[in-house]
Amino acid sequence: MSNKIATRDSYGKALEMLGAKDPDVVVLDADLAAATKTGMFKKACPERFIDCGIAECNMLGVAAGLAASGKKVFASSFAMFAAGRGFEIIRNSIGYPHIPVKICATHAGISVGEDGASHQCCEDIALMRTIPGMTIVNPADDVEAKAAIFALADYDGPAYVRLGRLAVDVINDEASYKFELGKGVTLKEGNDVTVIATGLMVGKALEAAKVLEADGISVRVINIHTIKPLDEEIILKAAKETKAIVTAEEHNVIGGLGGAVAELLSEKHPTKVVRLGVNDVFGQSGPAVELLEKYGLTAENIVAKVKEALL
Amino acid sequence: MTNEQKKELQSFAYAVRQGIIDGVHAAKSGHPGGSLSIADTLTYLYKVEMNVDPKNPTDPKRDRFVLSKGHAAPALYAVLANMGYFPKEELLQLRHTGAMLQGHPDKKKIPGIDMSTGSLGQGISSACGMALSAKLSNEDYRVYTILGDGEIEEGMVWEAAMFASHYKLDNLVAVIDYNGLQIDGALSEVCSPEPIPEKFAAFGWEVFVIDAHDFDAIEKAFKAAREVKGKPVAIVQKSVKGKGVSFMENNVSWHGAAPNDEQYQTACADLKAAYSFLNE
Repeated sequence: MSNKIATRDSYGKALEMLGAKDPDVVVLDADLAAATKTGMFKKACPERFIDCGIAECNMLGVAAGLAASGKKVFASSFAMFAAGRGFEIIRNSIGYPHIPVKICATHAGISVGEDGASHQCCEDIALMRTIPGMTIVNPADDVEAKAAIFALADYDGPAYVRLGRLAVDVINDEASYKFELGKGVTLKEGNDVTVIATGLMVGKALEAAKVLEADGISVRVINIHTIKPLDEEIILKAAKETKAIVTAEEHNVIGGLGGAVAELLSEKHPTKVVRLGVNDVFGQSGPAVELLEKYGLTAENIVAKVKEALL
Repeated sequence: MTNEQKKELQSFAYAVRQGIIDGVHAAKSGHPGGSLSIADTLTYLYKVEMNVDPKNPTDPKRDRFVLSKGHAAPALYAVLANMGYFPKEELLQLRHTGAMLQGHPDKKKIPGIDMSTGSLGQGISSACGMALSAKLSNEDYRVYTILGDGEIEEGMVWEAAMFASHYKLDNLVAVIDYNGLQIDGALSEVCSPEPIPEKFAAFGWEVFVIDAHDFDAIEKAFKAAREVKGKPVAIVQKSVKGKGVSFMENNVSWHGAAPNDEQYQTACADLKAAYSFLNE
């Protein structure tokens, strides 16, 4: 059994480490420090932790002002309230002036669990993708999440990082892992079909690939941690070298990774694409693992989609 | 201030008002009413109050200005052009395709613009961030922002008002341009945010109420603001929308409309008459 860590915990840990070595790092939250794990930074660097109260829009505007004055700003809330409620502030006060605020949103997707649909944001990637110049990172595990935060601290542009509440398998090796913004990672070679996954679906894609190999289907698995800018090269290569593409994400099938891959391939190399994700519905309350099963965000369903893609 | 100093400011404000009319006329669109109402305050800010240098517009030590009511961009552009941030000819390219001067302030394109604004209610939050940054780094620059009176109907303004007093941002001054009119009519008829001074006071701000077109009053308020410790300052300025152009004054239809050629000539003559005392 591998080690399981929620990427929100990785985020808190990374902030704590960044805070210790860089006096310009400032972290903002909107009364959710315990849940988003910015509380770890608060404990380590209380003078540079700014609680904005339950006022996400102002938090994002304050973040823009701080970053425009030279601070390295991380602003956190749940994905629903950061990307959802805050969309227009992100668009106009961060995206349009291209100010390097790092919006780190936790509790993304339906794996929020018991809090239910009001808190389960499956629209954030779609919203953020439409903002010109916005970088979007959706880490697959603890190792990748920490590496992404370190890389983004010095990145001179706005970015949205999607983090989860649920503890997920650590699939990357901390000692050898190298994070490169905008570059997809081929985790497994294969030549029949390619599964392109992001976030917590990456681990499930690897599980599915094992099952499919046993059935004699050779599966390539690509981890797209940076959804924008999209690594077009690695996707086009997979479309040319394998017969079909299956995308897997804990997000609406509209506007997320599946949408981005379908848009790319329909223009540059028409290929059969099957999108696995939340099928344009709202979630509901329940334990996270049960919800992932209920909405088909499982290795078993990836296996089924791969077989469908190869029909 | 001396009569000579005042005359210098009035002369600059005349150039700013003329620049507003020139720009909006050339653009054939824009917001002259709320630009004219802040012309005197902006003049004082850039000529007297703020530590800024047109030759070094990104100096980290400079005071910051955020035009939260971004639609009054023609006024800010006229000030910046007359200060020497960019050539005055740019004013005649306002809102033209490919021009530097966008309909609302664009930080990326325009020297001297500290924050892109235009969507109401957001500029005060970024001004809070700038003021907080100075506090965190023990820097002594100050931050100024101007909001519209209609703008404060946005809920985000009150999130920022709460934040600024909680974090004791006494290096922040927010001017509320109280001309009493918004697009759909009088504030009192649309969805009144009044009483304005009392609301800011209730949110923990020090409040000064002044006449927006009296340089002595403006000077007194900004000097007093520097003495306030431990809380942010709101200067509620009672202004005349369209100030200086007789047919635009207190007339809501000039919120977002440009003068035609004939009206432009009348406006220029109006301003010339209004400032004829400068030649005395």
